[in-house]
Amino acid sequence: MDMQPIVRVRKLNAWFGAAHAVKNVSLEVEPHSVTAIIGPSGCGKSTFIRCLNRLHEEVPDARAHGEVFLGDTNIYGEGIDPVVIRRKIGMVFQKPNPFPAASVFDNVAAGLKLAGIRKKALLMERVERSLRHAALWDEVKAKLGSPGMSLSGGQLQRLCIARALAVEPSVLLMDEPTSALDPIATKKIEELIVNLRKEVTIIIVTHNMQQAARISDRTAFLLLGELIEFGATSEIFTVPKEKQTEAYITGKFG
Amino acid sequence: MITFSEIAAQGYTKRKFKNRLMCLLFFVAALVALTPLFSIMGYVFIKGVGSINWSFLTQLPAPVGESGGGMANALVGTCVLIVLASIIGMTSGLATGIYLSEYGRGKLATIIRFSADMLSSVPSIVIGLFVYILIVRPMQSFSALAGGVALGVIMIPTIARSAEELLKLVPASVREAGLALGLPRWKVTIWIVLKGSLSGIITGVMLAIARVAGETAPLLFTALGNRFWSWNLTQPIGSLPVQIFTYSISPFEEWHRQAWAGALVLVLLVFSINLGARFVFRPQISRD
Ligand SMILES: Nc1ncnc2c1ncn2[C@@H]1O[C@H](COP(=O)(O)OP(=O)(O)OP(=O)(O)O)[C@@H](O)[C@H]1O
Ligand SMILES: [Mg+2]
Repeated sequence: MDMQPIVRVRKLNAWFGAAHAVKNVSLEVEPHSVTAIIGPSGCGKSTFIRCLNRLHEEVPDARAHGEVFLGDTNIYGEGIDPVVIRRKIGMVFQKPNPFPAASVFDNVAAGLKLAGIRKKALLMERVERSLRHAALWDEVKAKLGSPGMSLSGGQLQRLCIARALAVEPSVLLMDEPTSALDPIATKKIEELIVNLRKEVTIIIVTHNMQQAARISDRTAFLLLGELIEFGATSEIFTVPKEKQTEAYITGKFG
Repeated sequence: MITFSEIAAQGYTKRKFKNRLMCLLFFVAALVALTPLFSIMGYVFIKGVGSINWSFLTQLPAPVGESGGGMANALVGTCVLIVLASIIGMTSGLATGIYLSEYGRGKLATIIRFSADMLSSVPSIVIGLFVYILIVRPMQSFSALAGGVALGVIMIPTIARSAEELLKLVPASVREAGLALGLPRWKVTIWIVLKGSLSGIITGVMLAIARVAGETAPLLFTALGNRFWSWNLTQPIGSLPVQIFTYSISPFEEWHRQAWAGALVLVLLVFSINLGARFVFRPQISRD
């Protein structure tokens, strides 16, 4: 396996107006790994991963500063088009957000169709593959034409995962993808994350420490916008180096 | 000792009675409010239905003094005016709505929103006058085009504000999902946000059409009226409301009857557009 990091974050800072939400965070992510971001509510986890696909800057008055290398490209470099970056770095959100009034098929195909791919056969193939990767194919193959909204919450979230996978990103960012789901749906998504690492590199925000322990290789602990500790998940959860990390994972605060 | 059930029962009968009484009052009030609507409908129907027949719908007006003839030209004229108005109202109304909902921030958006609200409260005859100065005078002729522009301008604020409201119903997270797929914002706006609320927007457009279909005042000095077929957009064109107006103030009994028939056709037209609008609007249901 190629052990060159696929994502390298260097001194990343992010602001909402004057509020400094992410402070000088640096970390590296290896390809085909799962990295968990944990930390108490409001510590900047979402803001941090939204900087990784340059979605943060779409919020009015929000800005980011620093370096984020995808391979050898600094996505904050001069002349870099965020639109192109976002095709390489997909995202799944906390609440399922399917496209309104679009069928299951169109939801998954949207990214390809709107990027100009018209060939029916190719679209069909990609949609099927993405839905299989998202462990949803068997449940929806008979109703690809029905409205996306007609799926259950857990299915919708997997639909959103399939939609993100369809454009074949190399990194997938997930912001608490299971926090709105029941345990069974959560389990399905955790399983698919473990399988997905063959295809993509995953960076996942989670509030659920067992989840981080179950599915991730490395864990980053954020507190008040700062990266407190970053290391192998097995170590973070057993022998954390920092007092604050220990306090957080043993439930002393947060 | 007072038990709970006694406390609960205190004043219950009285409250129940008051509730019933208020309910009845509101019902009666609603009935009173609806009475004029139903009597107008009934009256128009009774007066008009006798004169509606095939030739009324397919023939030109008969020459003065002769009986028979119809309002086919006015019916078609109204349709032509509606198409012209929709083109104008939809393009600039939708563009304004999209701007307000997707891009509009700060002072400029507030000004535009305020102007749209002002425009929607400008009496339609004033808009007619404005179009008269702007188009009829320079072209030195009343025309279908001028009529279409007048009706279109009346449609703009309605369409703009309803489109804005509907687009704003699409959650911000859906836009972010589109952006996160690597789509440029304009594609997200048109192919995800706009497409996702299309049924609602079409409803808004149809309601705006229904509203202008019966406009008379602004047509009097823009499209004017025409007793013959007119296929030239730079020439005056007939329309149902104007023809109804002309016929009903005429001294001829036959024309009065035809005015009622025209009124019935106009009412039915507007009703079916309204009904159609309701039929189109089924939020969150996909149609592939
Ligand atoms: N749109 C916004 N405008 C202004 N401030 C914001 C905005 N979104 C987040 N913030 C602030 O930025 C900080 C980090 O927020 P962020 O959403 O990244 O936290 P989080 O770690 O994801 O929290 P949670 O676990 O609750 O999702 C918080 O203090 C929050 O109040
Ligand atoms: Mg968050």
